[in-house]
Amino acid sequence: MITTALRMLLGDKTKLLGLIFGVAFSTLLICQQVSIFFGLLGRASSVVNDVREANVWVMDPSVKTIDAPFPLRDTELGRVRGVEGVAWAVPFFKSTVQVRTRGGNLETAIILGIDDATLVGVPDTFIMGSIEDLAQPDAIAVNPAGFRLLFPGSELDLGRTIEINDRRAKIVAIVDASPAFAANLSIFTRYSLATQYTNNGRNQLSFVIAKSADGEDPEAVAAAIAQQTGLKSVTSDQFRIESIMYILANTGIPVSFGTVVILGAIIGVAIVGLTFNQFIMENLKQYAALKAIGVKNTRLLAMTVAQATFVGVIGYGLGLGAAAAFFSNTSRKVDALRGFYLLPEVAIGVAIAAVVIVFLSTLLSMRRVLVVDPATVFRG
Amino acid sequence: MATQIEHSPEPVPAEEHPLTVRCRGVEKSFGEGQTKIRVLRGTDFDARAGEMTFLVGPSGCGKTTLISVIGGILSCESGEVDVLGSQLNRMRNSRLADFRLANFGFIFQQFNLLPALSAAENASIPLVARGESTRKAERAATELLQKLGLDGHTHKTPAQLSGGQQQRVAIARALVHQPKLLICDEPTASLDAASGRTVMELLRDVALEEQRSVIVVTHDNRIFDFADRIAHMADGVISKVEDTNQHKTRQRAGEE
Repeated sequence: MITTALRMLLGDKTKLLGLIFGVAFSTLLICQQVSIFFGLLGRASSVVNDVREANVWVMDPSVKTIDAPFPLRDTELGRVRGVEGVAWAVPFFKSTVQVRTRGGNLETAIILGIDDATLVGVPDTFIMGSIEDLAQPDAIAVNPAGFRLLFPGSELDLGRTIEINDRRAKIVAIVDASPAFAANLSIFTRYSLATQYTNNGRNQLSFVIAKSADGEDPEAVAAAIAQQTGLKSVTSDQFRIESIMYILANTGIPVSFGTVVILGAIIGVAIVGLTFNQFIMENLKQYAALKAIGVKNTRLLAMTVAQATFVGVIGYGLGLGAAAAFFSNTSRKVDALRGFYLLPEVAIGVAIAAVVIVFLSTLLSMRRVLVVDPATVFRG
Repeated sequence: MATQIEHSPEPVPAEEHPLTVRCRGVEKSFGEGQTKIRVLRGTDFDARAGEMTFLVGPSGCGKTTLISVIGGILSCESGEVDVLGSQLNRMRNSRLADFRLANFGFIFQQFNLLPALSAAENASIPLVARGESTRKAERAATELLQKLGLDGHTHKTPAQLSGGQQQRVAIARALVHQPKLLICDEPTASLDAASGRTVMELLRDVALEEQRSVIVVTHDNRIFDFADRIAHMADGVISKVEDTNQHKTRQRAGEE
């Protein structure tokens, strides 16, 4: 009877397409929105992710996110270095600046100042140039998306200069930095240069990044730093989570994305529910005839579930494929959307959502099949 | 309520054709309180193997309710409904569904074929529902459809068939699983006169050849000559059972 059920469904191509569209649309919308949401959350902690050498971050006690640092006194660096269990500690600067592009537009950039001596804090992967090049005068490294913002239509190359607060900066490297939350242009330079570019005053130390000594627990070292300096000190993992939680708690992003996701699910339930209900209503007399012949409710239920499963699997597959195609294209071609991926966890979560959508949509229709009176077939 | 049945002068002896359906004192009502309508009022009804029994009467007299009760689709409130040796009113719904699938074939006025399925697929449904493989069931259905004159139409959907052809598909669906009792509700009502007679001839030839019992509810007096017995129903009771002697005529023709 399962084959019969599927043939019934395949025979009504208009409704079949409507049903598949409903599930595919919901899947695509939910996959896309949830993936972008998680991508944005990832961006909230991208700077922390890119500083792989350090595992402890020290900051002013009022700081809640990587994107809103409060300056520390320069002397704090020495105090952190003096804590037992700290292998090394270096300064780390983070701020935003306005950069004039070749076309005359102003672009907001995040500027990250790394330790002049060790150059710790720059991302691992250099697409062009090398970490040693940052030791040159006025040297900066930018991310590819930032380069394309500065020089639209140009291929990536080195040696170009830009102005940051009327100071010359020369691009000596292109680094594969994770996309940041606050801006698409990320500039890496030496700490001393970064403070000159921003010219924010005397105390400019945003963070102290440190590494726990071999065999030391990073959490214990972070706690020791906090206790001995009175500063806030957390591990990289803790800071990553804090930064994400700050975005969740202090922006409209979760509500905005949550609303779209819920609307996507509701639209899916509405389209699939109405279409499936119409399909069942049009075949209700035939279902009654099947009941009269002797087909039991359990068998009819199995037929309905088979139809719903068929629609769900095809619709989910198409929706997931469309979402994957979207991210596959945009993450490579659109710099602003770089770093947004279709995560396997999202695909699994949306599969569960699709099951719920299809189940809710078919619930009413299933009930109609179960309660239809077989005697109606004799009523003309 | 006792029913007065007026029998025709020369009824066929019961021992020749065993009873397949025996209803006694069947009561059935719909609604509650002041809106309650007694549709079957102690109805008695018999049908025999190898015979076509027509159930006729004005609209609203209870014909459809009676065949629904005999077909195990509706339960009665009181009385006995003995079909093929089983008391239907003592069966649970699940057992009734199995009983219907095993023993009954239904032909409906509106055919009720699944529009997306081909003629062969539609006709094979009872076998598939009984657990036969789709291929085997469709082969059996195709053979029966060919016997019913639908050779070359077995792959067509109901929309591609005429009314008469659709009813033949419905007949095939009713017979494909070799039921012992065939219940037909106005089988010619949606057909023109010629198609109606063709359908009845096929129904008589195919249905009765294996000593099946056929009950036909109809208003169509153009097909009364196919009946072995005609049970007249009025106000929820069988008022008269008429033997049309068709059976005897056929039997005599067979002997000759």
